[in-house]
Amino acid sequence: MCGIAGLIHKGKSSSVGSEMTAMLQALKHRGPDSTGYAVYGQPTEGDYIMRLMVAEAEDMHKGRGIHKIIEDRIKAVEDVLVEHDVRIKDRQAPTEYSLRYVLSGGGDMAEMAAHIEEAEGVEILSMGNGLELIKDLGDATVVSEQYGLNSFQGTHAIGHTRMATESDVDIKSAHPYWAFPYNDVSVVHNGQITNYWIMRREMERKGHRFMSNCDSELLAVYTAHNLASGMTLEESLRKSIDEIDGVFTYLVATKDQLGMAKDTMAAKPLVLYESDDLIAMASEEVAIRAILPEEIDTYDPYDEEVRVWQA
Amino acid sequence: MASVTDEELKQMTQEERVTALGMRTEALTGKSLYVEFDPDAEERFTYPWAPDVDFNKRTELDTDKMTTTEVNSSIRELMREGYGTIVLKNPRGKHSLGVGILSRLNLIIEGSTGYFGVGLIDGPNVRISGRVGWSCAENMMSGTVVIEKNAGSTFGAAIRGGDLVCKGSVGSRTGIDMKGGTIIVGGDTGALSGFMMQRGRMVVCGNAGKNLGDSMYDGTIFVGGEIKSLGVDAVTAELTDLDKAWLTRKLKQYGLLPDKGVDHFTKVVAGKQLWNYDNLEPNEKKLIL
Repeated sequence: MCGIAGLIHKGKSSSVGSEMTAMLQALKHRGPDSTGYAVYGQPTEGDYIMRLMVAEAEDMHKGRGIHKIIEDRIKAVEDVLVEHDVRIKDRQAPTEYSLRYVLSGGGDMAEMAAHIEEAEGVEILSMGNGLELIKDLGDATVVSEQYGLNSFQGTHAIGHTRMATESDVDIKSAHPYWAFPYNDVSVVHNGQITNYWIMRREMERKGHRFMSNCDSELLAVYTAHNLASGMTLEESLRKSIDEIDGVFTYLVATKDQLGMAKDTMAAKPLVLYESDDLIAMASEEVAIRAILPEEIDTYDPYDEEVRVWQA
Repeated sequence: MASVTDEELKQMTQEERVTALGMRTEALTGKSLYVEFDPDAEERFTYPWAPDVDFNKRTELDTDKMTTTEVNSSIRELMREGYGTIVLKNPRGKHSLGVGILSRLNLIIEGSTGYFGVGLIDGPNVRISGRVGWSCAENMMSGTVVIEKNAGSTFGAAIRGGDLVCKGSVGSRTGIDMKGGTIIVGGDTGALSGFMMQRGRMVVCGNAGKNLGDSMYDGTIFVGGEIKSLGVDAVTAELTDLDKAWLTRKLKQYGLLPDKGVDHFTKVVAGKQLWNYDNLEPNEKKLIL
């Protein structure tokens, strides 16, 4: 059934890493297979952050040869960065199969991203000034600990706990999805998209790439396409209600916005809390209570409801 | 029919009251498991195994660090000890609180609950000061549940009796498959409210979303605000004096009677063209729908 959560602080930074961990841990029962975060830190002028994976977590149990394969993949990635005149300012490896780069310089980022992903087994999870996308197998406390998220400061975040129903239990099928190659856009989704293959073929005809068979990835690609066409986030969300079939509630985050959309049947839950300086939402109220224990007013958005908030 | 006064109702037998209030078709309202009771008994309000509680014996339970199972077990234990008024503090959105209470009890929840709160109940009076999540009071048989703030979707799904009241707004599919009782919403309700409703009454003081009363078999829906659209086989009907009297009484009882009264309410009932009310062939049904 999956759990989704989002929060946005208006005009200030907060410990969004630990806040999102608390929310997602409260939703663990909705999806124990994997947990993912899209957290937005303070944008750095000129620099951008790239998160990528060079193997699946389960690949690490496939014998000693995987370590050499990973080394080769990392070298292939960094060769592409050099080719594109990109300077590596910092490189961290929270796990052997996932990396975080702080980069500067370079030209066409979309082209560079496409070249990086030509290396077998390499997938860029996110790229942007503020966005950092982290996802792995296990619950929120496991992933948070693994990737040091509890100390992450930022303005907003979305997250997901996944119960695999439509595709495999692996990192590439976990949420959130980055709206490749659109900087700083990420999506989490709870539901089933019934015109997935029709919409996917349409997006592929328009030149977009898919890295998984998970229907939620379509929402990221679809959003990226709309934003690249000049739509605002709100326009894209409203259009999706007409064009995407199925039952869904999904959240989209950009560098400075957080949006939500609910399908025409309102069949997938979302509880919303709004105050002057914080907006929090989740599949269940218990997640919001994990960061706001005091008595608060919440409500369920209605069918076809679209909302967008500014950081 | 002219309105009935409280005094007149007090003088009537239960059978007469049912008739006077136009509830003839609501035989399932209240206790319905007659196998457990003597139908001729003057009063049948408790299950044979129900603990004998004293409403004046009150206690509080801080649920902050407790699991749902621990809270619900504690409620039963306290009832066995004779506590008739139990206050749950710091529920913080926990799911399935207060479910399956089958006897008299004043349950006061100070805060908000998650999914399936106070479901499968038969008799208690519940007051919730916060908000409730999806499927609150699902399959409720009797008693009253009053929520001060908002409620999630499928509010009162398949209830068979009692009064379920949300003073705020509720989500979608309110009263889906309801088979009796009364659902009252002080604010708005979402899409597909009253879907496949079979009996009972639903009152929405605010607006109703699209497809109201879709595929309803029977029962009545009253809406004080705007209706986005009616569902298949839901039709409007004349608001009678009896309806107005009943609405006034019910809304007044819960402090939800609008200043302008109830004359502006729209009444929605089943058109009874969809279900098997006649001997029409399926193809003929399609023609008239």
